[in-house]
Amino acid sequence: MKTTPSSRIWDSIKRLMPIVILTIYAIIALFPVVMILVNSFKSRKAIFGAPFEFPTSETFSLIGYETVTDRADFQIYFLNSAIVTFLALILTLFIGAMAAFALSEYDFPGNALMALYLSLGIMIPIRLGTVGILRLMVSLKLVNTLTGLILIYVAQALPLTIFILSQFMRQVPKDLKDAARIDGASEYRIFGMILPLVRPALGAIGIFTMIPIWNDLWFPLIISPSSKTATVTLGVQQFLGQFVSDWNAVLSSLTLAMIPILILYILFSQQMIRSITAGAVK
Amino acid sequence: MQQSRRQFRFPVHIAVFLAPAVLLYTLFMVIPLINSLRLSFFEIQNQNQLNFTGLQNYIRLFTDSNFAPFFWRALRNNFVFFAVHMLVQNPIGLLLAALLAEGGRLRNFFRTLIFMPTVLSVVIIGFIWQLILNPLWGVAEGILESVRLGAWFGPWLGKPETALVTISLISVWQFVGIPMILFYAALIGIPDELTEAARVDGATGWETFWRIKFPLILPTVGIVGILTFVGNFNAFDLIYTMKGANAGPDFSTDIMGTLFYRTFFGQQLQLGNPTMGATVAAMMFLIILTGVLLYMFLWARRVQTYEL
Repeated sequence: MKTTPSSRIWDSIKRLMPIVILTIYAIIALFPVVMILVNSFKSRKAIFGAPFEFPTSETFSLIGYETVTDRADFQIYFLNSAIVTFLALILTLFIGAMAAFALSEYDFPGNALMALYLSLGIMIPIRLGTVGILRLMVSLKLVNTLTGLILIYVAQALPLTIFILSQFMRQVPKDLKDAARIDGASEYRIFGMILPLVRPALGAIGIFTMIPIWNDLWFPLIISPSSKTATVTLGVQQFLGQFVSDWNAVLSSLTLAMIPILILYILFSQQMIRSITAGAVK
Repeated sequence: MQQSRRQFRFPVHIAVFLAPAVLLYTLFMVIPLINSLRLSFFEIQNQNQLNFTGLQNYIRLFTDSNFAPFFWRALRNNFVFFAVHMLVQNPIGLLLAALLAEGGRLRNFFRTLIFMPTVLSVVIIGFIWQLILNPLWGVAEGILESVRLGAWFGPWLGKPETALVTISLISVWQFVGIPMILFYAALIGIPDELTEAARVDGATGWETFWRIKFPLILPTVGIVGILTFVGNFNAFDLIYTMKGANAGPDFSTDIMGTLFYRTFFGQQLQLGNPTMGATVAAMMFLIILTGVLLYMFLWARRVQTYEL
């Protein structure tokens, strides 16, 4: 086959097209975040005078960060978010794994019904029960406590966790469990034995449970809005509401709120994406 | 007692494994949800007395001049919000996924970058875009000018005609990573032999995609659609962050989530009304349930799932 120059040009355009589109989109995805990060390290004059430039020795300034650390209780917010996210995560994984083990391991009457009941919550958002949740929290005296938030987040995360984990647990070879049973291991022992085997699934579910909890605005706003129990997401929302005109402070607080999640994302992005695509590549 | 009725004996360890999850889930999710639905049939009289009023709250929501205009507007806006996601977010997600699935060395790199906004808090995203689009800072205008489109720029977030679509597009920008990654996972699961055969027969890449790959990933198309629907009719954070509970300007960005919050907690001069709030939540529940049932019975049943 003869190739004419024009068809060769056409071919190379076709070959480069995907990269060009992906590059353009990656810039669109990244650009706003980079603008905030870069400008948070500049003086007010430079933020407005030269927004697209990196900070130089003349324009570099940490004034925004100083305002934020002086005025806002970011340490408390971070601590609250960390406590809530960590405890909710541990409880979800442990309690969810127990239930998933029961559903996948034993053939008891009502198993299918129980599995259906527990998976209803996958599609129905817990937010729709807010009126009932607030009443319950008031009667349990859990308003403005971190405990209240943790319990809600565990209940919210359990359905999907149980659904995914029980599928993974079904794949654990039966011989292994039967051998342990013959050796006289109790059912609790066997559960302890299975847990490390589904560690990759636990990790993936962990990441996907954590992000919505850390980022949630609704329940902190409604259940625990006090300044002592505010999470980072709520704290930033309220702080920014008050300091709208202080651009240095706004940019710095946004940067501070983004950094923990960005670091986690950079560390775990490969595992995260691989865990979604895992079902596809065999 | 359990020992005496042998065939109905429920093993203790199974109960122990199930109890914590069932209790927490029932107590903090199922019961409050049922309670909220129940409250929508009541009215709170003085001293927290609950009075059964039947469908009164619903009639008020649909016809009372204090509620109905807000409800119908929020419902319509929410469908616009959903339509923008279906027409912009999911096609872009599919395009990016198709390009990523072609392979190449930079694939992981692009995948990671494009997914990044999805993991950030909606609150952060809302403020970031408020700053970027702020005419005071002029960043968006500067960029448009650099590609000679400066005249297009306007205070999009401030005008009732453009605010809703602008906020919808910001939400699209943030969440495009989700359809992208789901489509991507489906596309790389298609065995090469299938597409190879088409290529030998002389089909172009475009034809191969629409005739072979797309029909094979139809189940994922349905999942992306229903996830978008549930997420959109449950949305709140972005509009609350950017526009407050009043979803301005002039309620033009009001959707079901912000209407629910306002009705439940009140705003400025109007007191909150828990039972009317519960009624709005019950409507959201019905809308989402309808969507899920339509998906399950009209889509998931009819679409053939191929074992690859």
